[in-house]
Amino acid sequence: MTTASSLTDDISAPDASDAFEHKRGPVATMQHWLHRFPVISPVIVLGLAFIVFGFFNSKTCGPISCGQSFRSGQTIGTNMQAYAVMATLAVGQTLVILTSGVDLSVGSSMILVHLIMAKLVADQGVPGPIALIVGALVGLALGAFHGFLVTKISLPPFIITLGTFYMFAAVGLVYSKAQTTSGSDMPGMLLWTGDKYAFKIPFTKIPINYGVVVALVLYAVMAFVLANTAWGKHVYATGNDKEAARLAGINVNRVLLSVYMVAGLIYAIGAWVQLGRSGSASSNAAADVNLESITAVVIGGTSVFGGRGRIMGTLIGAAIVAVFDKGLSLFKVDQQWKNFAIGGLILTAVALDQWIRKVGK
Amino acid sequence: MSDGRVASGASPKGPSLVSSEVLIRPESEPMLVAKGLTKRFGRVTALEDANLELYPGEVLAVIGDNGAGKSSLIKCLSGAMVPDAGTIELDGQVVNFKRPNDARVAGIESVYQTLAVAPALDIATNLFLGREKRMKGPLGSVFRILDKSGMRREARRALDELGIGTLQDITQPVESLSGGQRQAVAVARAGAFGSKVIILDEPTAALGVKESGLVLNMIRDLRSKGMPVILISHNMPHVFEVADRIHIQRLGRRVAVVDPKQTTMSDAVAIMTGAKTVEQ
Repeated sequence: MTTASSLTDDISAPDASDAFEHKRGPVATMQHWLHRFPVISPVIVLGLAFIVFGFFNSKTCGPISCGQSFRSGQTIGTNMQAYAVMATLAVGQTLVILTSGVDLSVGSSMILVHLIMAKLVADQGVPGPIALIVGALVGLALGAFHGFLVTKISLPPFIITLGTFYMFAAVGLVYSKAQTTSGSDMPGMLLWTGDKYAFKIPFTKIPINYGVVVALVLYAVMAFVLANTAWGKHVYATGNDKEAARLAGINVNRVLLSVYMVAGLIYAIGAWVQLGRSGSASSNAAADVNLESITAVVIGGTSVFGGRGRIMGTLIGAAIVAVFDKGLSLFKVDQQWKNFAIGGLILTAVALDQWIRKVGK
Repeated sequence: MSDGRVASGASPKGPSLVSSEVLIRPESEPMLVAKGLTKRFGRVTALEDANLELYPGEVLAVIGDNGAGKSSLIKCLSGAMVPDAGTIELDGQVVNFKRPNDARVAGIESVYQTLAVAPALDIATNLFLGREKRMKGPLGSVFRILDKSGMRREARRALDELGIGTLQDITQPVESLSGGQRQAVAVARAGAFGSKVIILDEPTAALGVKESGLVLNMIRDLRSKGMPVILISHNMPHVFEVADRIHIQRLGRRVAVVDPKQTTMSDAVAIMTGAKTVEQ
């Protein structure tokens, strides 16, 4: 008679170390490292962009003007301010994309909030700090609306935010009657993000403005929160595998709702940075930030399939968008070719992400 | 048959088994008892007055053909399904599980076939997913900061205890692991939180020979630590290799519990398919 042991003798003593062995070729090694540290590729792209634009720009400028050199401190400072709005919104966008969603309404959410803040102060005479708080609450409410639709109605975020993109833009237009609120009507806090320079980077002439400081602090805080709190881990787990997260005991719907609300709050902060940057409020301001914020996230190495990516990658992605945009303009490259280049970067980033995700599959 | 040989890894620490009755019982009190579980889906009966007993420190295999009610039975025990009738007692207390977390809080941990791990997150994070440890003092209670190094240390220890300390890097993402290693992470998670019962659903189904052996060793390790295990499996050699008792489910109810040392595989399969009947 056959006994259990003789049937299974050959599998009863596995060599553990053998089963765990990894051997990789050079391509697989590269794939492995990019997988562990997805920020590597955007850092390389940014470095190359700096070298190329900086080098060629210093050569070509000369007879006409060097005041607008790519590398001049003033240029860099002004540009950082110009892109700080997009970079701020990209923090919220990163959170949403980490949960495998996307927020197409970032731009119109931000515009709506900045109109509300500006008009409260300019038309109603509300004090600046109160207007900022109201703006933050409106941002939270817009986010809660998204979160509600995503969790309760289970609609895809792409469609929800496409709808709200139009709705929020329409509300903003009606509310402001398509009129620009001038900065001189908004004293105090509202323009603080733009009206003075916080400091100059030591040993350079690069002036840093409070809007940029606000954006950078936001990046630091959110990077820390995502890496060091249970909430951060749950955001990743929810985006990575919703069902697995649920079985692990995570309240997935609460995580999603909180992500959209935090994103809404960040858009309100973006609205504040926008007020400082433009010194006025208008319903047709900052048209580019909507798609650029998504671009920054994707180029920064965050997977559009959710669950992987780093906030600091988004900061680098935002810097890449800025450097390409400004660098190519200083080269007097046609706007369409700039867009073409950014589009190429997006496709490359997504293709790279697809390849990286194949590790272990 | 019964030549007295013990399956290669069967631990002598397991409960002593009385001779080959139809319903064999260890001498101790059962720690998990399901009585008369019934579950119907419209006109389909998944469970019909099904019983189950699990004794301390044993590996109980649950086998049955497709549609025999194995997974419904297990889902009732793990809180993923609420039975229409019947009771579940854990350590003598009647429990009512409405959702998986209820069972987990009560000490019943399940390792699902899908493993329920987040592949992009690292091993330590996955082990503590949903019950992260925060730092002591205000850093943890006010600022909600995680005790990452503490969690890594404990994750390392949990994996070492399961004999899979060969994983060099506790911070590597789970998706870079092999199937057996992922299973190991899932089992380690189930065993790491002072649980009372671990339910493993088809843990070797997706694995190769070597990795299956690894998982079977892990099951023996759990038993040698006194952790009772319910093992659902289609793989008869694996079942006969590690189980102390085999619960045979057929047409929604338990038809027999057999001793793998007293019963042949073909007999077990015959009971399972109804080719052979037993009197209870």
